[in-house]
Amino acid sequence: MVGVSQSPGMRVVDSSDRSLLLVFDDRISLAAHRDVLRLTPLLRSAHGVTNVHPAYASILVDFDPLRTGHRDVERAAEELFEQAVAAPLLQPRTVEVPVEYGGEYGPDLETVAALTGHTPDEVVDMHSGAEYLVYFLGFSPGFPYLGGMPESIAAPRLETPRRRVPAGSVAIGGRQTGVYPVASPGGWRIIGRTPLRLFDPAADPPVLLRMGDHVRFVVKGSI
Amino acid sequence: MTTVQDLGRPGYAHLGISASGAADALSLRTGNLLVGNAEGAAALEMTLAGGTFEFESRAVVALTGADFEASIPMWTAAWVKPGEQVRCGHARSGARCYLCVNGGIEVPLVLGSASTHLLTGLGGYEGRALKRGDVLACGARTLRAASPLLGTPPPDQDSPPIIHVTSPTNAQALCHALWEVRPDSDRMGLRLRGPALDRHTGHMLTEGVPLGAVQVPPDGQPIILFVEHQTTGGYPKIANVISADFHALGQLRPRDQVRFEQISIDAALTLLRAQEDWLHSLV
Repeated sequence: MVGVSQSPGMRVVDSSDRSLLLVFDDRISLAAHRDVLRLTPLLRSAHGVTNVHPAYASILVDFDPLRTGHRDVERAAEELFEQAVAAPLLQPRTVEVPVEYGGEYGPDLETVAALTGHTPDEVVDMHSGAEYLVYFLGFSPGFPYLGGMPESIAAPRLETPRRRVPAGSVAIGGRQTGVYPVASPGGWRIIGRTPLRLFDPAADPPVLLRMGDHVRFVVKGSI
Repeated sequence: MTTVQDLGRPGYAHLGISASGAADALSLRTGNLLVGNAEGAAALEMTLAGGTFEFESRAVVALTGADFEASIPMWTAAWVKPGEQVRCGHARSGARCYLCVNGGIEVPLVLGSASTHLLTGLGGYEGRALKRGDVLACGARTLRAASPLLGTPPPDQDSPPIIHVTSPTNAQALCHALWEVRPDSDRMGLRLRGPALDRHTGHMLTEGVPLGAVQVPPDGQPIILFVEHQTTGGYPKIANVISADFHALGQLRPRDQVRFEQISIDAALTLLRAQEDWLHSLV
C-alpha cells in the first residue's frame, strides 16, 4: 500500500500532506497507551512539529511541510520512540467526578438501558462502579477518552450526531464513555451530567484531567 | 457574522484544542502583508455578511477574500481618515472577507492566539462574534510601510471549485460525484450532500484527525473537518484536503457545488510551495 511503512512496534501512515499517523496497535491496549503517554511530550518538541494528537493506540503528528517532510518526521519519531521506551511515567492521580444520572441531564439513559437489556439503575450502578483510565484528551478541549467501562453497558453511537451536547454531559459511545467539557456536537448517548469544569482556558493547565489519570464517577442525586 | 482571527493556536491538540484561526488563511496573510503587518496579525473575518466599521484615527487597511461589495477597493492597501467608515455588504460569491488594519486588531491572547474559537467561547473579542457597538483596539503601527503593490486574488478559481485531496488508499467514490455544501456547515466542519458513500464497515478506533480530513459518518454523507475541528475522531476517513486548498474551503458557502480530485502528496506540496511563492511575491 502506498504511504504506509512499518518499523518494529510502530506503523506509519501519511495521513495528509502535513501529517503522519503513528499506529502502535489496532486495538486498545495498556502497552500501546504507555507508548502514547511516553512519546507524546517528546514529539511535541520535535523539529517542524506543530501539533500532536494522542489517541488510544496512535498519535497523529501535524507538521509544517515547508520546514520538514514526512520522512524526516518519521525518522525523528522512530528515534524518539526508542528513547520513549526508557522514559519514566508520572504517578497516576485519581480524580472523582460527581454525576447526576438520567432525567433531563441524561436523556439517553433509558435507551441505553433498553439497548443493553438492563434497568436504568443497573446502568448507573455499573457506570459509577468502575474505575476508568484517561487514555487521552481529544475531540474537544479537555474531553477525556476513558477506558474501563463494563462492556455490558456498551451502546452504539447515534446514527446522526446531535448538533449540540451540553457541557458536562456524561455519555456512552460504543464501548467508550466520556464527559463533554464544552457544549459541542456529539454522537454519543448522554446518560448524565457533572457540574465540574473540565476545561477552563484561564487555568494553567486549562484542563482538569490529564492523560494517564484515573477517574471515578460518583452518583450525585437520584434518577 | 464577524470574528477576530489570526493564524490560530497550534500546539494544544494533545489537550483536545484544535488550532482554529482564519478559515481562509491565505486571504488573511495577504491582507496583512498589504497593510505592512506580520502575516499572522489578527484581523476581522466576515462570514457571508459584513458590517460597517468606523475608524477613530487614521489607519491603513486592506480588504481581501470574497467580494462583499465594500466601500473601498479590495486587494490593495487603503488609507482611511478619522471618522471614516468602511462598509461591507453581503458576499456576492465566496463566503469570507478579511479586514486587516495596520498594527493588527488587539485582543488578549488566549493560549498564544487572538483567534476566536466560537464553539468554546475562547479567544477573540470576548470569545464571541462581534456585535453592533463593539469597540476594538488596534496595535501599535508597524514600522514597515504598507505594500504599494496590488495583491491580486489567489489564482485557481474554478467553478464549481475543484478541491484537491490526498488519500493513503483511494478516494474514487468521493472524486466521481458532484457534492453540495449543506447549510449546517460551519467553522468546525463542512457538511456535504451527495450520493451516500460506503460506510467502510468495521470497528474504527478513535484516532487523531488532521485539518481537512474527509470523514464518513454512518449516514454516508462526508464531513470535511475544518479550522475548529475536533482533534480526534472515530469515523472512517477516506481522504484529506491538501494544504494549498484550505483557503478554497474557507470560501465555500451553503449550496455551493464542489468536486474533488485526488493527487499525490508530492503534487500537493508543489502546489503549496507555488502558493507560498505567490504570497511572498507581494512584498
